[in-house]
Amino acid sequence: MATPALLVEDLSVEFRTRGGVVKALERVNFHVAKGETVAVVGESGSGKSVTAYAVMGILDPAARVTSGRAVLGALDLLQADRHTLAGLRGREIAMIFQNPRTALNPIRRVGDQIADVLLRHANVTPNAAPKTAIALLESVGITDPARRAKAYPFELSGGMCQRVMIAIALAARPSLLIADEPTTGLDVTTQAVIMDIIADRAARTGMATIFITHDLGLAAERADRIVVMHAGHVVEAQPKAALFATPRHPYTAALIAATPGSTSRLADLRTIAGGLPDLRAADLPACRYAARCPRRLALCAQPLPALDAAQKTALACHNPLPVERAA
Amino acid sequence: MKPEPLLDVAELSKRYGLKPQGSPVARLFRRLKKGPEAAPRLHAVDDVSFAIGRGETVGLVGESGCGKSTLVRLVARLIDANDGSIRLAGQELTHHSARRFATRPERVKIQMVFQDAGESINPRFSAFDAIADPLKRLRGLKGEGLRAKVEDSATRCGLPLELLPRFSHQLSGGQRARVGIARAIAVEPELLILDEPTAALDVSVQVVILQLLETLKRDLGMSYLFVSHDLNVVRLLCDRVLVMYLGKIVETGPAETVFGEPRHPYTKALIAALPDANRPASERLRLSGEIASPVDPDPKTCRFAGRCPHAQSRCREAMPTLLPLAPGHAAACHFPLAGRFP
Repeated sequence: MATPALLVEDLSVEFRTRGGVVKALERVNFHVAKGETVAVVGESGSGKSVTAYAVMGILDPAARVTSGRAVLGALDLLQADRHTLAGLRGREIAMIFQNPRTALNPIRRVGDQIADVLLRHANVTPNAAPKTAIALLESVGITDPARRAKAYPFELSGGMCQRVMIAIALAARPSLLIADEPTTGLDVTTQAVIMDIIADRAARTGMATIFITHDLGLAAERADRIVVMHAGHVVEAQPKAALFATPRHPYTAALIAATPGSTSRLADLRTIAGGLPDLRAADLPACRYAARCPRRLALCAQPLPALDAAQKTALACHNPLPVERAA
Repeated sequence: MKPEPLLDVAELSKRYGLKPQGSPVARLFRRLKKGPEAAPRLHAVDDVSFAIGRGETVGLVGESGCGKSTLVRLVARLIDANDGSIRLAGQELTHHSARRFATRPERVKIQMVFQDAGESINPRFSAFDAIADPLKRLRGLKGEGLRAKVEDSATRCGLPLELLPRFSHQLSGGQRARVGIARAIAVEPELLILDEPTAALDVSVQVVILQLLETLKRDLGMSYLFVSHDLNVVRLLCDRVLVMYLGKIVETGPAETVFGEPRHPYTKALIAALPDANRPASERLRLSGEIASPVDPDPKTCRFAGRCPHAQSRCREAMPTLLPLAPGHAAACHFPLAGRFP
């Protein structure tokens, strides 16, 4: 097997809150190979963003990584000191955030913000930086880049701000891109263009992409492999086509059946019973989906088998759906 | 003769005045040189006409900034139009200003569910207060009658009665959406306007809310004007669709036909942008460029011409009007795409 671009093993994260300790992630395992696009999907509160923040080392101070490692190349990001991480972020790993307008610095021109990354990480001289910044803006499809480089974020539309953020993220040619809901809040037409830009870069540079989304339809279109999370657990991972053809975990199947596709009727959409368990509870069940699950067995109270982060597929279920599903 | 529609909107326009460009000195020079000039105006909604039948669900789709929200706020009589008429069951509603309309008896007939119930509900109101408020103001209910009506409305919307004393921050997203719907239907409107009611919800919750809306419509006999940027949701819920681009309706027709065989290039591009696992992204039609400015647009140019892959010289010489192409299906395009059937 080729060495993965990022290997996340046994990652557990807790938040200390006034209401108790929230076990936000428990033994999360997955990997991204070079040039691969992996979508992490799940509902709000499933731990998608916490996973990304943990890998980037930008968790909230109230959070604590209680176990696991995140290996990039030969380095465990969770053990690395601040200086090492600061050198990696922007150069080796880059992240695109959900709301581009709040993630950009509101009082600096966008061209300058791109130049910052170039100067810090891409060995570009101060004289050449503004020109390179404009070239980068052009490469993400911004028309009239020289004029737009002088604009402040509030002068640009949401789609343009997201392109600026992509330009910043890709400025130093990172080997891993984490995109956290990059197109939520954008129009479908803009979404398509933004996703094209990311896919094009990944294809040309062999960049690995972790793409976090709640939109299963978008994941289906854009990812090679899909990792499904629920309440801080990875419940299933499969290559895209296999996941939709034969979902094994009942939660994956429920999620697919609840997504409005292009052909289904409203009456055909299935609801998912119940909600997420309280992650502060001391006695969280082994399977956090069990209370909502129609296929629950007595066995489901037993601990789930450990997942192997290096495998392309994962399944955390005692009673999975059979591979040959009756239609 | 066709039965009279519940809502009949005709030639509705809304323009916002903007500050003139440039410094006072620059403006003075311009005036001396070119004579007095009109202040620039943003054409948010431009000459829009449509109708909604009784019991019908009409979807309104388009990109952000196309005027969807302005249009529904006009129809809900929250803001005043510059031109045009809005008739509900034959009764003209534009005679009174939006401010006066708020206290008129017709107010109960059009109600609105806003996008984010968490932000549109007064944070100092409990769920009970939020649902009771329109009943107190518009129906004059109080005491036991009020309580009964609030509980009835909450029950219809699947909101457990024990949640009524809670404040909106103590409710989940789905529960908040239910409060937003419950307070809108409490006064028994004839037309319910839904502005992206499920945009902030997870898919599992979205399904429940959409099915709830479907049930409520059947039980209470309301008509819906449903605004969404999620075409998949519109396709599921709506009988008819209005596609809006830069203040104009560019295509309208039965949902199935508009999605199945769009006739306006913009509608086609919008549908092509939907994620589809079965079609490689690279083979799709993409809109290049940004949406044009709605400030004083050229009245002789199709607003979509700048982004349209089929634009020709005629598109920059005359504004296309909404013309019927098939029964109930119309598009505003000089060169509509071929339908599947001649």
